[in-house]
Order: sequence, then structure tokens, then C-alpha cells
Amino acid sequence: MTPRRVLAALALLAMTAMQAQANPEPWQLNMSPGVTETSRMVYDIHMLILWVCVGIGVIVFGAMAVAIVRFRKSKGVVPARWSHNTLAEVVWTIIPVLILVGMAWPATRTLIHMADTEDAELTVKVTGYQWLWRYEYVGTGVNFVSKLDRQSDRTRMLGSGLDPASVLDGDGNVYLLNVDNPLVLPTDTKVRFVFTANDVIHSWWVPALGWKQDAIPGFITDAWTRIDTPGTYRGQCAELCGKDHGFMPIVVKAVPREEFDAWLAQKDAEARGAATAATAMTAGDTLAAVQ
Amino acid sequence: MATHAAAHDAHDHKPGFVDRWFFGTNHKDIGTLYLLFSLLMFFIGGAMALVIRAELFMPGMQIVNPEFFNQMTTVHALVMIFGAVMPAFVGLGNWMIPLMIGAPDMALPRMNNWSFWILPFAFLMLLSTLFMDSGGPAGGWTLYPPLSLQGGASMPFVIFAIHMMGISSIMGAINIIATILNLRAPGMDLLKMPVFCWTWLITAFLLIGVMPVLAGAVTMLLTDKFFLTSFFNAAGGGDPVMYQHIFWFFGHPEVYIMILPAFGVVSEIIPTFSRKPLFGYQAMVYATASIAFLSFIVWAHHMFTVGMPLGGQLFFMYATMLIAVPTGVKVFSWVSTMWKGAMTFETPMLFALGFVVMFTIGGFSGLMLAIVPADFQYHDTYFVVAHFHYVLVTGAVFSIMAATYYWLPKWTGVMYSEKLGKAHFWLSTIFVNLLFFPQHFLGLAGMPRRIPDYNVAFSDFNMISSIGAFGFGLSQLIFAWVVIRCIRGKGENATAQVWEGAKGLEWTVPSPAPHHTFTTPPVIDDRVLAHGDVSH
Repeated sequence: MTPRRVLAALALLAMTAMQAQANPEPWQLNMSPGVTETSRMVYDIHMLILWVCVGIGVIVFGAMAVAIVRFRKSKGVVPARWSHNTLAEVVWTIIPVLILVGMAWPATRTLIHMADTEDAELTVKVTGYQWLWRYEYVGTGVNFVSKLDRQSDRTRMLGSGLDPASVLDGDGNVYLLNVDNPLVLPTDTKVRFVFTANDVIHSWWVPALGWKQDAIPGFITDAWTRIDTPGTYRGQCAELCGKDHGFMPIVVKAVPREEFDAWLAQKDAEARGAATAATAMTAGDTLAAVQ
Repeated sequence: MATHAAAHDAHDHKPGFVDRWFFGTNHKDIGTLYLLFSLLMFFIGGAMALVIRAELFMPGMQIVNPEFFNQMTTVHALVMIFGAVMPAFVGLGNWMIPLMIGAPDMALPRMNNWSFWILPFAFLMLLSTLFMDSGGPAGGWTLYPPLSLQGGASMPFVIFAIHMMGISSIMGAINIIATILNLRAPGMDLLKMPVFCWTWLITAFLLIGVMPVLAGAVTMLLTDKFFLTSFFNAAGGGDPVMYQHIFWFFGHPEVYIMILPAFGVVSEIIPTFSRKPLFGYQAMVYATASIAFLSFIVWAHHMFTVGMPLGGQLFFMYATMLIAVPTGVKVFSWVSTMWKGAMTFETPMLFALGFVVMFTIGGFSGLMLAIVPADFQYHDTYFVVAHFHYVLVTGAVFSIMAATYYWLPKWTGVMYSEKLGKAHFWLSTIFVNLLFFPQHFLGLAGMPRRIPDYNVAFSDFNMISSIGAFGFGLSQLIFAWVVIRCIRGKGENATAQVWEGAKGLEWTVPSPAPHHTFTTPPVIDDRVLAHGDVSH
């Protein structure tokens, strides 16, 4: 990495207002602010604690560097004998506590904001399987599985000879970050998620939304989001779930409300039509009963 | 009893090889066995890490299949935690604690022998599972159910191995407490003891408190798999998350078990090479005790994404953040020890100072992880991997290397090669940072943990990290060579004092330390001690 690249990357890191990213970028150094109010709050608190740590690091490592240069035996210094300084000890206990309180306050606020899953306009049930996701729009008949796209799947086979760099989509490279059926969601709508799993613990993570939530077999966990910006947001399973843990990505396609409503209605009709056809085939001569 | 032992000493006492190394109860020999075992395990666990980093060198799957990759990540961690780091600290404790307190040996020398010899059998059992048809454990070293229960024939062997290692640790801890509380020479008050003894005393209480909890957790896994219980199975009324609570109730104190002795080592080395007393001895002791206490009430910070209620998340966030305070006190005290000292930078000091800088970096990422809303983005990503490798490798492992260079002349009677030691330090430091620093970026950019392959956006930092891994691994061969040379006696003869600024009873015995030391308690002159000054 050239020095100019390093400086550019550092400058980028220093910028507080950053371009939201849908996918990871090469040489990416920092978290993206994301596309929801929550993700921006999370990004802000991340930057706050990062700068606090950098500040403390500069002080501590700076003191060490000065000591290493000045207090060397080779310079003929005579070592001091003291091993106490009550004022220093009190100060370096109290000040860290104050810094921690300063960090805990916005952290608590953000957490309370994230905990409120009430008054959602749409609920999506997410079920983790080995090794794919199932999405169901609660209150409709729309229910489908979402798994790793075929090109990624073929490429990732051991010794496939295929090049990950050529797994592309409009977005750019989507190797291991693409699925056959994305989760379509409306923007500017509070969406509640309920999670569970079919077999082992999985975890549903889309960095652009600002959080991840474990999917636990036999239990239900929940979360919510309100996406500001239309776009395609990619994530991955984030809890080791067996051999293909790295191969069950998540794709969220956020579209404006009208587009979403139309899409959902169409999918719902297809689902109900298919259901009717399926029940008709199995019910045999009780067709009249299921009309 | 005492006269019998004295008469026994007077004999021409030359046990054969098997008697000495398999049946011996001498704390120095047992310490040596632990340290050599640990070094071997370090290379075995390291080899597994190199398999992992080789596969992650480029996107795409080139070398291993995902199932084997998961076995490598799982066994790498188990070997490094239970086979390398913990036994190394036990070895250092065994060698140095009796010398530091003026005791002739550990309180329970025969139990000490068993504590060690359990380990090779336990690890043979663990490593043999890699050669089974169904392979070794592949659900992560944390063994979360239901995934770990999908494992094959390896499960009972892994669980049995963990039980054996746990028993070894518990017996070792009992021995340390009994030794420190009962066998200190007259005049060696608790608040005059070297900090290394204090950190080990506190660590021993942590071990006794939590190893039985791990035993319980893995036994419940065993019964869920073979004896029709449903501790972790919702269909039977159980809860997979309960395992996580039980495991991490062990797991969090466990990581402090792996770092407290490191703090002790660094607190011995920095004053010696600064030629200045340790700053704030009593505060250091109390800070260590506070860290140990707090370590029991923070476990759920490993589980922030399981769906815990808000109140639980807030409690564990605040408690976890609090640990930064006593830890900060320790770091500031080390720097204050350096301040206005007269420092020289031999290899032990280089590793100790490297520890302070890089452990602090690991501490920073730990503080970031404590903040729950941010942790929702960091959890189960390479950001966590970077954090714990900074505190465990540049933290615990570097302190073990510092201790080895510091005490090798006392153990073997010869000075190690300072040139080779410095080369080992600088190469290790450069490569370990290439290896782990980029992993912070990978985690922030969105790369999850425990995956064998990744999107091309993550390529560059993964390649750098893998280069760092191979460089770091190869650099450890220098360390092995340094140790072998000293064992063979190749080097300048060491004096009893060894280091100009060193203080303590251990530096009053010859180098190499005779097989039996302090068979009669020493008469302690406070001026010989590092903390003999009662005004401390």
C-alpha cells in the first residue's frame, strides 16, 4: 500500500460524514454509517469510543516513548527512588471513571432506541437453516427460501478453478454475498423482524442496518429497522453453524413503499394461487370443500 | 519428618531418567516439564493457525474443505488456551513461586506430579480426534449446542480431555494457594511478596471457582448427546442460551486466568530493567483483586446478540466498562515505574514493554466491544478476533516469552544469546502486528468470524494477515533455538544476580538454581526484596 494510499485512507477515516456503503469495499478501514437512523447512531458511538481510545493511546504511548528516550541508563541518568504519588493515583482512577460515564450515556440512549420494536408496520419472520434463510411476510402467504447464488456456490467449491473476482452483479463483485431470492423491504417503513432457527444457532447480520440478531432454535428473538435509502444491502450469517456457515449470505433489497406494496401483492397472489392449486391436487374430490 | 528429609538430601541422590522426569516431585523439574509441554503445544496450535491463514490467503477455497477448516479453528483455540498458555503459566509458577517466597518446594509435591502428567494424556486424546473418520470437534472452542452436539465420535473424547485438563488446573490451583499461604519463609509477609506471587494467588482462586463450571457445562453436553437430557434443547424444555451463560461464566474468568500471571511477570521485569521500584505496589495488588472480582459479573458481554433483555444488556455493559479502571491503574503504574528510571533494553524488557503497548491496544478494542450498540456490529466478526489475539498473543504469550528470557539464566545457568533474543523480539513484533492489526479493519468492514472463504473486498487485508502469520510462525523457531542452546549449556555463565536491577529471594540462589533450594528457610533481609520497604 503506497504512502499516498495510506494518507487517503486515514483522511477518509477522519471524515465524520461518510458515504453509506451497501457492500464492503477493498481496503476498507472503518465501519459504514449505514442506511438507517439506528446504524448512524451506532456508527457515531463507534467513532466516539474510537477517538477516546486513540486519545488515551496517544497519552500513554507518548509517555512511554518519552521515558524510553530520556530515562536510559546509557544517558547516565540516576534512577529515582519514589514509588508513590497519591495525587496521580487518584487522578488516574477518577478521570477514567468520568470518561466511562461519558461513553455510557450515549450508549444507553442508543440501546434504548434499538430496543423498541413496537408499532411496526410490517413483520418479517426470519428462520435460519443449515445453510440458508427462510423469509415469511407475516399476515400474507409470502414465504420463500433465500440461498447462496449458483455462481458463487460453484466458484467456492474446493479446487473449482473458477475466479471469485468474476462473480459480478450490477453492484460490483458479489462473490459469497449474493442470493437467489433477496428479502425485499419497503423504505421509510418500520419493519419488525422475528427470528428463529430450524436446527442450530445462526445470526442474521446486515451491516448497513446497524445490528445483528441471533436466531435460536426453539426460541424467538426480535429486532426492527427503518431503511432510509433504496438500495441492495448485503450481509452474512454471523454465528458458526456448521460447514457452510460462510456460505449463507443475506441480501436485502430496499425499494420505495409503492413498489414494495405491488411486489408483495403479486407474490402473495402467486403464493395463494399455488396453494390453491396444491391443495386442489391433494384434496382430490373434496375440491368443493376448499373453495 | 524434617530430619528424615535432611538425611535423604545428604545421600548421593541420583534418580534415573524415568524416576526424575516421570515420578519426580521436584517443583523445578515439574516447572520444566510444563514449559516444554507448553512450547510443543504452541508449535502444534501454531501449525493449525498456519493451515487457517493459508486457506485465507486468497478468496476461493484452495487447500482444505470447510469441515476441516472448522476443525482447525476449533482445535487451534483449544490447544493454545489449554495446552500452551495455561500450562506455561503453571510452569512459571511452579519454578518461581517457591523460590520467590523462600519455600523448599510446592506444598503438595506428589499432587504436582499428577497435575502435569494428566496433560499429555488429555492432549493425546484431544488431538487424536482429528484422525477419526468423523474428524475432530468443529463447532468452535466454545462448543455451543446444538451445533456441537452434531459432532461425531469426537465429542466424548473432547469432553473427557477437557475434564482431565480441568482436574489438572484445579489441583495446580490448590497447590499454589496452599504453598503461598503456608510455606512463605518467616518475614515474607503477604504484602512483601513479589507481584507475580500475588497474581498467581488470585488466579488460583479464579481457577477453583470456574473450572468446575466448565466441567458442568461440558457434562451437560455429554448427557444431552448420550443420556436423553434436554438441558440445551427447546423441544425438551431446555435452552441453548443457558449453555452460553454457563460456559461464559467459566469463560470470562478464564481469560483473566490467562492474563493475571502475565501482569505479574511484567511487574517483575519492568522494575528490574528500570532500576526503580514498582510504582504503587499495593494499588497493583488491589487492582488485580478488583479485576478478578469484576471478572465474575461480566460474562454475558460475550452474548450481547442472543436476545437478552435491555436491563441485562445495560448491567453487563456497565460492569464490563468498569474493568477498564483497575486495568488502567496497572498500565499507568507500569509507565510510572519506567518514568525517571534508568532503563536498559535487554530482551526481557523488550518483550515486557511490547506487552504494555500491545496489550493496551487489545484493551482498547475490548473497551469498544463493551459498548453494546457498537458490539452489535463487532460481535462474531474479525474485530473480536483481532481483540483477543492482541490480548492473548501480544499479551499473554509475549509475557511468557519475557519471563522465559528473564529466568532462563536462573534455570539453566547460562545467558541466552542477546542477539538472537533481540532478533526474535523484533521479528515477532513486526509480524504479529502485520498478522492481527488488519483484522480490526476486516471486522469493521463486515467480515464474519469462522469462515473459510470471503468476498474479494476482504482480499488485501487477509493476504497481509496471512503473510504476517507465516512470518510470526517462522520467527518462533528462533525462540526454540534460543531455549535449546541454553538447555545445552551453550552461552556465557550466569551469576546468581543475573540482572543488575533484579531484587528478590530468587536472585539469592546460584544460577542454575540447585535441585533443592531453601531446604532450610532463609533469613530474610528486607533490602534483598523488591517490596521489602514497609513504607510501600
